[in-house]
Amino acid sequence: MERNLNYNFAFLDEGSKREIRRSILHAIAIPGYQVPFGSRELPIGRGWGTGGIQITMSVIGPDDTLKVIDQGSDDSVNAVSIRKLIGTTTGVKTTTDSAEADIIQSRHRIPEEPLRADQVLVLQVPQPEPLRSVDPHEEVTRRLHGDGEYTGIWVNLFERYLQTGSALRGADHPVLTDGRYVMNPSPIPRYDNPKLDHAECLYLFGAGREKKIYAVPPYTKVESLTFDDQPFRREDMSGRKCRLCGAENVYFDEFFDAATGERMFQCSDSGFCKKRREKGGNCHEE
Amino acid sequence: MAYVAVTGGQEAIAASIELLKEYRSEGELALEISVIRDRMSLLVDRIMSEAGLYAPDYAALALKQCEGSPEEAVFLLRAYRSTLPRNYTSRTVFGSDMHVRRRISAAFKDVPGGQILGPTYDYVHRLLDFDLKEEDEAELEAWREQVKQERREELDNTPDGASDGRIPRVLDMLRQEGLLEQVEQDTSEPCDVTMEKLPLPPPRSAVLQTLSRADTGYISGLAYGDIRGFGMAHPTVGELRYGSLEIEVDYPLGEGESWYVGEVCVTEVESLVSAKPGGDGIGIGYGCVFGRNDTKAISMSILDRALVLDTDSPTSDAEFVLLHGDCLEMNGFLSHLKLPHYVTFQSKLDSIRNKKRSAEHGTKS
Repeated sequence: MERNLNYNFAFLDEGSKREIRRSILHAIAIPGYQVPFGSRELPIGRGWGTGGIQITMSVIGPDDTLKVIDQGSDDSVNAVSIRKLIGTTTGVKTTTDSAEADIIQSRHRIPEEPLRADQVLVLQVPQPEPLRSVDPHEEVTRRLHGDGEYTGIWVNLFERYLQTGSALRGADHPVLTDGRYVMNPSPIPRYDNPKLDHAECLYLFGAGREKKIYAVPPYTKVESLTFDDQPFRREDMSGRKCRLCGAENVYFDEFFDAATGERMFQCSDSGFCKKRREKGGNCHEE
Repeated sequence: MAYVAVTGGQEAIAASIELLKEYRSEGELALEISVIRDRMSLLVDRIMSEAGLYAPDYAALALKQCEGSPEEAVFLLRAYRSTLPRNYTSRTVFGSDMHVRRRISAAFKDVPGGQILGPTYDYVHRLLDFDLKEEDEAELEAWREQVKQERREELDNTPDGASDGRIPRVLDMLRQEGLLEQVEQDTSEPCDVTMEKLPLPPPRSAVLQTLSRADTGYISGLAYGDIRGFGMAHPTVGELRYGSLEIEVDYPLGEGESWYVGEVCVTEVESLVSAKPGGDGIGIGYGCVFGRNDTKAISMSILDRALVLDTDSPTSDAEFVLLHGDCLEMNGFLSHLKLPHYVTFQSKLDSIRNKKRSAEHGTKS
């Protein structure tokens, strides 16, 4: 992408980027711990991925290749908008292929293709505090984390079980990171939670509005919170098939045909779907 | 053909931006930035205050660019501000050094320096002035000249000549008498919430900075809720003053010397309120905001005090008051609801379908 030379490389000034990188290092050193940082204002709305953008802008270099997805899709308007902002202020190469990207910024999904040790996945986080439902006050929840006092969230999950028959939340189901910090994985579906555990890649989480950065370094133990007699369950994607590439056992978007009312499915990961079709399509899952 | 999911985000965005240009440029008359700056100055003041950036020309430019939306204009200034390096920190400015253009006290009938109404809508009858529909610019210009001339003559007839507009603070009399709550001077380095996450519990410097930059409507509503019944009793405006303050920075090469870099206009308020919850004694709530904005400055002084008092009122909850009034944060998060949530909603559907399935299974077995 052509770089706009009116702005510094990656928009933020070098001092701000260095400060954010220090916060990122702090976060990597303590997996799952929410590091407060001096979140900067960006030309994109707070709540629209500004935490992720600040991380990406702080770690990106001119030779990196970038992929941006929103809900798994490269073509979603917000993904397009973020890719354009980072692209025009850095001039880096962009891609839709997960395997080609050095940095992937994502909202609400982890790509289907497993990520490698040389890749970074940056997740945008609306609410970094898993204990917010326990207490609305930051001062209180910070203390609870410090004490490792997680009774509140366990009671929450138990109440959920009593009310709905399942202790599992929808998306953003909390995890225990490295056996120490309870953490919101960002609103990824539970389908993606296991990908955080002992992964090869580095996961960075940025919450711009809430001014927090946290991380899951490679090969970190990440367990989804659940009770011994209530096994963790991913969303049930069985019996579904992508109408474009024929993939099965991936996370799907659901559609209704306006004419027939027929229900159909399509890979939520648009880059993955495209790659399969280019390879010859409708091939079976490996 | 089967249903095709929405794609083509790039084209859609480009078309949307083109439409914005069309909306912004409706009608036949050009909108000069200087007209917005000079004749919409209260709006410009509000934008600068909420943006935390004193730049009337850029605020006017921002308003032109976004069809006059305050939240968008604040957003534009804030984003621009992120790109600017900070080379200097100004010297401490004292409200008592203000060149006063408006100054009132609700606590005393007569105060040293007098009550000066200055420009205020307080006593205007809010009747639509239909004459303004066809205002004659030449006539207006002549009228302005005449007023200036009269003022000059008035000054010439004043024996002491022009004063520099500096007036002692009303509450200084009470301070000297020892009637006000004693507060120790805090000369520590102030916190800057634009450079770090708001520390909790917040130091007072961070409280004041956050309130000063907050959305006008938000803090006015909270302050109203506080004095209407959820918080403390009715405060008394000890002094409200509006005027300009000179800004100086340290001269890098000269020991103790300073550079004058310009002036900012601010509204400053000292409110008199009870020193303790339900108790007697007089404490002070402080408000200071960019531009001419009485209501915001008064609201700020009420909330400042409410946060010091620490009562059961929601307005004494620092996190509630301070974390929800930033124009960019509140509007950003509310507007993000328009983003797709397909993945999370699919996860929710799964939970409901699963529950339904197990219920059906349960009845069969």
